[in-house]
Amino acid sequence: MNNSAKVRKKVLAASSKSTIERSWLARIAACPHILWSVLFIIAPLMFVAYFAFTDSAGNFTFENITNLTNYGETFMLSVFFSLIATVVCIIIGYPLAYFIARLKPRKQKLFILLLMLPMWISLLIRTYSLMALLDNGGIISTFLVSLGFEKLSFIGTGGAVILGMVYDYLPYMVLPIYTTISKIDVRCIEAAADLGCNGWQTVKNVVFPLSVPGIISGVTMVFVPSISTFYISQKLGGGAFDLIGDTIERQFQNKLTYHTGAAISLVMMILILISLAVMNRFSDNDGGEIIV
Amino acid sequence: MLLLYAPILVLFIFSFNESGNLGSFTGFSVKWYRELFRDSTAFTALKNTLLLALESSLLATVIGTFAALGIYRMQNKYLKTTVTSVTNIPMMNPDIVTGVSMMLFFVAVAGMFNFSSALGKTTMLIAHTTFNLPYVILSVLPRFKQMDKSLTEAALDLGCTPAKAFFKVELPYVVPGIVSGAMLGFTLSLDDFVISHFVSSPDFQTLPLYIYNQTAHNVKFSMYALCSLIIAAILFLMLAINFIGAKSDNTSPKQTKTEQRKLAKH
Repeated sequence: MNNSAKVRKKVLAASSKSTIERSWLARIAACPHILWSVLFIIAPLMFVAYFAFTDSAGNFTFENITNLTNYGETFMLSVFFSLIATVVCIIIGYPLAYFIARLKPRKQKLFILLLMLPMWISLLIRTYSLMALLDNGGIISTFLVSLGFEKLSFIGTGGAVILGMVYDYLPYMVLPIYTTISKIDVRCIEAAADLGCNGWQTVKNVVFPLSVPGIISGVTMVFVPSISTFYISQKLGGGAFDLIGDTIERQFQNKLTYHTGAAISLVMMILILISLAVMNRFSDNDGGEIIV
Repeated sequence: MLLLYAPILVLFIFSFNESGNLGSFTGFSVKWYRELFRDSTAFTALKNTLLLALESSLLATVIGTFAALGIYRMQNKYLKTTVTSVTNIPMMNPDIVTGVSMMLFFVAVAGMFNFSSALGKTTMLIAHTTFNLPYVILSVLPRFKQMDKSLTEAALDLGCTPAKAFFKVELPYVVPGIVSGAMLGFTLSLDDFVISHFVSSPDFQTLPLYIYNQTAHNVKFSMYALCSLIIAAILFLMLAINFIGAKSDNTSPKQTKTEQRKLAKH
């Protein structure tokens, strides 16, 4: 008796499940979104590909892509700058994240809030405020002049651009690392201590390996915007550096160079999506999604 | 950590500087603020920014919530993966590529239909809604997954149609996800500069675009004043949200305790 009741319950559950999945609402619910995605995500990307493979008369050509060799130096410089910025972010961000994760919960909350506040302030404003510090005749240079140094401006140096990247994107490195570290089971750390690890060994053998997914999502969140930025290099580079972002931006100010711009964008997008896919293979953890 | 705040602090202090000099603070003055308030384009830009953020986040929330339901109920695994990965494209792609692709699309479409001007308020709304969508879906979808399936089943057993069950049972359950998705979309839209830079026209400016255009050639102290005001507004909002959040965190366990006590008495 009891058994047959269970079976009946199961059958009922199964039937109600299929009704709800076959209902008109479930079927059409995603339709507006699918339509929207096709129109405004897929179609625009198709246009990028179309422009990348045609000339201004609309004829098919590989010329735009082959001409990209002219921009090899720009690509290398962008990769170089954003790699350094990413590494510096890890070097500063990891200890900071570890430090925050070891605090008492109340203090952790405060520090995370302090870390997130700048993220809510527009990137533009943050870069602008950094410019105020570094500018020729700004506080730092005035201070150095008063110490007897020669008058100098930091704007226009590679260091200023990298500093801008680090300053703008550091929180994006700290937060995912903090999330993974704070999720580590305390018992693992205690076990390491019981087995004779000292503090440094525990970090090296237990905490660090377990926080790799956080580092990976931090790296993608710093590297991708750094390599495609044009605002930071324009403001802090003073026009001395041409990064990929600047090049793309410039191509789209003139209708004649849309095709080159599209080709650069296409190549950059494909390279970034490939590297993201490779990175995701190493970590199926979605640490990045938690904090955004 | 404090270094994160040093530039912002300098900006704030120097927005009150009397002289147009970045090196030294010569005296307190609000003249840059006065200059800012005389500029009516700043107010138009502020109005545009807020309206656009409101409209795009609402639109994205409506489309995104239904999309989350549809994706959650989708039985075809292949279709499901395709839809979710396409949804994530604007989130993974560098902003500049998203902006460029939309600009090319809008310009080409406008060319096809012989519109006089391709870019403007409508294209901004479309672009902002598009990059808000994945964030709304990402905050609503987990709520659907967390939800106890038997709740919906119970509603169906009690005679609800699936649509009625959605509006009466499921929708109220996912409201927290919807709210956080909408808020996220709102702030992302307020903040966005790169995508807007490509899909806007000079006659529809948002605040970030306005700041960018004003500072294109030289340092402007009225922009320091504007940035300081924006930062102050954000600080105030964040602290308020955090304060309210902390308060409700404190009260909710108590409420459940009293509820438990009530239940125990019965």
